[in-house]
Amino acid sequence: MPRLSAGQRHRVSFSLNGRPVAGEAEPRLLLSDFLRGVLGATGTHVGCEHGVCGACTVQIDGVPARACLTLAVQAEGADIRTVEGLAPAPGRLSVLQESFREHHALQCGFCTPGILMSLDAFLRQRPDASEAELRYMLSGHLCRCTGYVPIMRAALAARDRLREEPNA
Amino acid sequence: MGADVTAETGWVGRSLPRVEDAALLRGAGRYIDDLGTPAGTLHAAILRSPHGHAAIEAIELAAARAAPGVVAVLAGAEIAALTASLVVGVKAPMECWPIAIDRVRYMGEPVAVAVARDRYLAEDALDLIEVRYRPLPAVTDPLAALADDAPVLHPTLGGNLASDRRFSYGEPDAAFAEAAVKISVETRYPRNACTPIETYGVVAEYDPGLDAYDVLANFQGPFSLHAVMARALKVPGNRLRLRTPPESGGSFGVKQGVFAYVVLIAAAARTAGAPVKWVEDRLEHLAASVCATNRVTRLDAAVSAEGKILALAWDQIEDCGAHLRAPEPATLYRMHGNMTGAYDIRHVSIRNRVVLTNKMPTGLNRGFGGPQVYFPLERLVQQIAVQLGIDPLEVIRRNLVPADAFPYRTATGAILDSGDYRAATDAALRQGGHAELVARRAQARAEGRLYGIGYAAVVEPSVSNMGYITAVLTPAERRRAGPKNGAQATATIALDPLGSVSLHVASAPQGQGHRTVLAQVAADVLGLRPQDIRVITEIDTARDAWSIASGNYSSRFAPAVAGAAHLAATRLRERLARIAAAQLNVPADEVVFAERRVRARDNPDNSLPFARLAAASHWAPGTLPADAEAVIRETVFWTPPELTAPTEADEVNSSLCHGFIFDICAVEVDRVTAEVRIDRYVTMHDCGRVLHPGMVAGQVTGGFAHALGAALYEEHAYGPDGSFLSGTLADYLVPTAMEVPEPVILHHETVSPFTPLGAKGVGEGNCMSTPVCVANAVADALGLADVTLPLLPARLAEHLFAAETSPPDRPARPVAKPGERQLFGEGSATVEAPREKIWAMLLDPDTLAAVVPGAHGIEKLSPTNFRADVTLGIGPVKGRYRAEISLSDLRPPKAVTLTGGAEGGLGFGRGTGHVTLTEEAPGRTVVAYCYEAAIGGKVASIGGRLLDGAARVVIGQFFQALATQAGGGRRGGFFAWLRSLLPWGG
Amino acid sequence: MKPAPFDYVRASDGAEVLDVLHRQGADARILAGGQSLLPMLNMRLARPAVLVDIMHVPSLQSIADDGTALRIGAAVRQAELEARPDLARRQKLLAAALPWIGHAQTRSRGTVCGSVAHADPSAELPLLLVALGGTVHLRSRRRHRAVEAGAFFTGMMATDRADDELIEAVSIPTARPGAGYAFREIGRRHGDFAIVACAAVVENGRARLGIGGVADRPVAQDMPGPDDEALDEALDAFAWALEARDDLHATARYRRELVRRLGRATIEEAARCRA
Ligand code: FES
Ligand code: FES
Repeated sequence: MPRLSAGQRHRVSFSLNGRPVAGEAEPRLLLSDFLRGVLGATGTHVGCEHGVCGACTVQIDGVPARACLTLAVQAEGADIRTVEGLAPAPGRLSVLQESFREHHALQCGFCTPGILMSLDAFLRQRPDASEAELRYMLSGHLCRCTGYVPIMRAALAARDRLREEPNA
Repeated sequence: MGADVTAETGWVGRSLPRVEDAALLRGAGRYIDDLGTPAGTLHAAILRSPHGHAAIEAIELAAARAAPGVVAVLAGAEIAALTASLVVGVKAPMECWPIAIDRVRYMGEPVAVAVARDRYLAEDALDLIEVRYRPLPAVTDPLAALADDAPVLHPTLGGNLASDRRFSYGEPDAAFAEAAVKISVETRYPRNACTPIETYGVVAEYDPGLDAYDVLANFQGPFSLHAVMARALKVPGNRLRLRTPPESGGSFGVKQGVFAYVVLIAAAARTAGAPVKWVEDRLEHLAASVCATNRVTRLDAAVSAEGKILALAWDQIEDCGAHLRAPEPATLYRMHGNMTGAYDIRHVSIRNRVVLTNKMPTGLNRGFGGPQVYFPLERLVQQIAVQLGIDPLEVIRRNLVPADAFPYRTATGAILDSGDYRAATDAALRQGGHAELVARRAQARAEGRLYGIGYAAVVEPSVSNMGYITAVLTPAERRRAGPKNGAQATATIALDPLGSVSLHVASAPQGQGHRTVLAQVAADVLGLRPQDIRVITEIDTARDAWSIASGNYSSRFAPAVAGAAHLAATRLRERLARIAAAQLNVPADEVVFAERRVRARDNPDNSLPFARLAAASHWAPGTLPADAEAVIRETVFWTPPELTAPTEADEVNSSLCHGFIFDICAVEVDRVTAEVRIDRYVTMHDCGRVLHPGMVAGQVTGGFAHALGAALYEEHAYGPDGSFLSGTLADYLVPTAMEVPEPVILHHETVSPFTPLGAKGVGEGNCMSTPVCVANAVADALGLADVTLPLLPARLAEHLFAAETSPPDRPARPVAKPGERQLFGEGSATVEAPREKIWAMLLDPDTLAAVVPGAHGIEKLSPTNFRADVTLGIGPVKGRYRAEISLSDLRPPKAVTLTGGAEGGLGFGRGTGHVTLTEEAPGRTVVAYCYEAAIGGKVASIGGRLLDGAARVVIGQFFQALATQAGGGRRGGFFAWLRSLLPWGG
Repeated sequence: MKPAPFDYVRASDGAEVLDVLHRQGADARILAGGQSLLPMLNMRLARPAVLVDIMHVPSLQSIADDGTALRIGAAVRQAELEARPDLARRQKLLAAALPWIGHAQTRSRGTVCGSVAHADPSAELPLLLVALGGTVHLRSRRRHRAVEAGAFFTGMMATDRADDELIEAVSIPTARPGAGYAFREIGRRHGDFAIVACAAVVENGRARLGIGGVADRPVAQDMPGPDDEALDEALDAFAWALEARDDLHATARYRRELVRRLGRATIEEAARCRA
């Protein structure tokens, strides 16, 4: 790839929730800003821009990662999944999303998309994750509303439900 | 009132799934930064002070204005020309601007605003603004700020004391004179904040034709601040249209503080001639949003030999930071009616002082004033038990307000609405497994482990009286200002032509699920399902019913807002019943609303669909009975009559409702690491009627997590020079799922007689009870009389570790205190060069150019004054600085003092070094130096962990270069010299 | 909080990387996982002229196990190493310490060599490298060299890497039969920078203890074994020699005490876990 120069916009394309997307980005544009500002996918939130809060967590090539610590140009050609891609159909929620709703695992909902993206990847990778492992994984996210108790409950319930019906 | 909704079958009281969630879970929430903006919207970035206290000597904006994409750049003078100072809540000669005018008073204070095509370009422009600061001595400690010789923040005030009031209730002096014992505590409550994950956001527009502002901000209220904003923008209230977005990513009080930025960004939009959007970043939020006050308290109690508290004497010194920004000093007065907590104490004296220091201005924060009061009060109760040798539970029981005393008027004027504190306490002990914890403690102690149990009993006020803050004024001042009181809540319910129901309240929720609960409330009243009600909670001051009390604070939702919605729905129902009566041919009081139909009480078949009745006033107003008006919309304003203005004797019913909390905390402190592990936390709540158990549980676990953070991890820390030290989320430690245990939540319900639904607030209680409960447990575990939050393991360890003796070959160096950004260093080296040669070098700009690390060129201003542009870097951290060096106390060729300072985008440093040259042998010189340096600024707040070391490296580089220049090199003798410079050796 | 402008080069082979480093030296920064660099860019603490993305260079992507060491290429992510099924067997210290690095959501992107290059004094990987006596492989257009970990870290975020050099790989010694390994860390919260991190190796009755989070770089020292009564004295001397400092989260005193107490506990654990 040639050198992309500062101050100029370059075409970046990748797959977003299974659909090809493209937009223009300066080399310095963060993936979080690209998703939200250029592509209009505002479900991914920004809470700290230094990698601590986890609100911006998306899946890059299947693994959870901070969109605020990724440049848009780094995502060229990648497979990106965001919270907008979690629900199986309009009007239906995924098992994980449904579990969050049932257990009141969100209040303001600002941290939620990032947490869902982490849990979604983790539960797929480790369907038998223990409570301790889930809690540890969750520690990569800050939630200021819930005190984590209902989030843990929702995560455990989703794990159990997915174990029973892995294709749900 | 409201009796009809307690039916078993009602929606209220059930944990329904929230209507908010479907959108939020799909990433379709509408937070401020997700909403479209008008075409041509520009973006602002804010330059902030790197100093805690400094005069602005010059500010150069031209380069920034000329930068690509930049439309406007404004500093204090430009803002001041368009606005007026924010109104200050006490009668004191001082101003309060949203941006620094001539002087910065806290690190992070806005200094300039750049407006550009996008945020990236706006931040580029900030890099081009040159500000020349003259640092002033700073004061960050509230007691130090009261000293006669303290640096003064606001010269017009003549000191740092903004308010000093004394109160007396009952006969405290007599009680103290007669008491068997007097027991005291002195506490310092630290600064912290609930740091919502979404930061502030403002989009502002100015219409010059109308001289009107239109602002969208994730403001949470209280809307009394609308008046403050409009006055600052110099427009009548109707020319400031303030809107809130549908969703807000948490607030916990903190987003009250966005109001100062509304003024700033609105003024910037006016100058830019286009809409301007600003979204605060996390560094800005931590340094310059708002946090809770820190408070120094001395609390004395007159106590009987049995542990009955006869009188309290409070001396509170409240630190509101650099500006007294509205509604402060409200934190200090919010609890004024409850200064006796859950206890029956008839004699109270209070002295309240408000001081200003070089720290972020304070504001609303969950618990608002509660943690600062309950920390000393409940520490005192524990100390009474320890000092009298009584079980702390006994002390609590002996002092609790008895059940038959409700409604109970406190000594300071609050009316405690309902409760049975002893029953709730006993139930908590029983259901919380207290006996087991006591056994565990005995067992642990027998094994030599450190285990403790703490308690806290608190009263949780909710629905603030808008008049409580006027207690800061003297009765005479209040008379002049006119009475202030009440807590107006509003609700509007409307019917559309298809007969469906919309409900609007001015509650500006920040994630608490208001829409769900209100739908439940209205559905019960109207016999509908919650999904039949569409609830709107965002506010538009140009269109909606609102009042100064509107907003989302003081836990007013369930008791006041939901109550107002209930009243509006009830009134609508009564009016509809009159129309239905005519159609069903029964008296209005026999009309029943149920199952989406309206029917005759005694003949269920005589009915009609609700929607049809509800649409009637739209379609056929002419057919309405003569005694009924059209029923399309009903707006209710409700304010509780109990919330009266403060009396001449300064009694004030500061809040409408008073929940009760009793907490038990069991901890174990690790003997090796001094880490605190919560073994069990039990929290008993009486929050009146529970409208939605799931949400109440969420409020408790959420508040508990905040409080645990305050107890163990979080602090807005400042160095004595005013540098802010917790500038990132890697230093401001918000607990994660790993740190927060699950509390045992219990309820003991006594319905509030003062609220329409019998509910009381619940969201803030644990922020009041938990910090001190954890502290009491740790005090019990370690046998401590004094505990300070946050409970840093390193601080607790001082009580665990045996004395340490430094090895004899290691002379004690001056050691900076934790958080203090003062560096000391010393060293010496032998240089193979004559003393005169080294001396000559020190005075030579070319040598200095070569030895000042990263210097681009040295300008000699005078024989002893030099100026340089330098680039300094540690690892990837690089910045450009303006450096000045001067030489003084010249004693050629023996000694010289170098004084230097550097300032740049990443921070600043100042230091003094004394160099002495001794000729050890001909051609061989011993160069000895010692230095003292202070560093601060951006790097100090975001990389404090690395900063001290980095500064040492730079200082080391300087002396290393000096040695190299002197004819040595890195090898040989100089290498050893270099090693000795660096404190960690080679 | 947005980065200052820079050019971006997505390198497809090693030569391209070295070319940019050769031409731009200190003005160029390697972009691997970006988990240390991006926060600095966002805060404008770092302002490189160009970033060279090395994650698409095939020669940097592998982990090689030659029987005595794992050679980990510059583009290998921490999560990839962590996921190796035989990791605990090959080097228990790595398996024990990796979960302490940031969070799963940052290890997914962060690289092993990137953490070494960043040289944070409390980072886990530099500590392991020093404690185990690993090697850093550096390459520039001028030369290729291998630097012992103990000499590589020269101070606070400072290393022996020259401006035109790329850290091509690090070699981490694998477990030796009969040696025991243990890792312990104390931070304020899980995932925080270590207040004190200890990595211990016990072999033939002798111990080696590495300490992170205290000095300006990770430091390792040979120590008497856990049963030797000279151990306490050695730990005390080590604790003092590290020149602990006070900061917001802990005092120097606390750090010294943890070096003594946790250091001993870690050595004892290593002795117990001898393979
Ligand atoms: S915004 Fe990316 S981690 Fe906080
Ligand atoms: S739900 Fe508000 S931050 Fe998690």
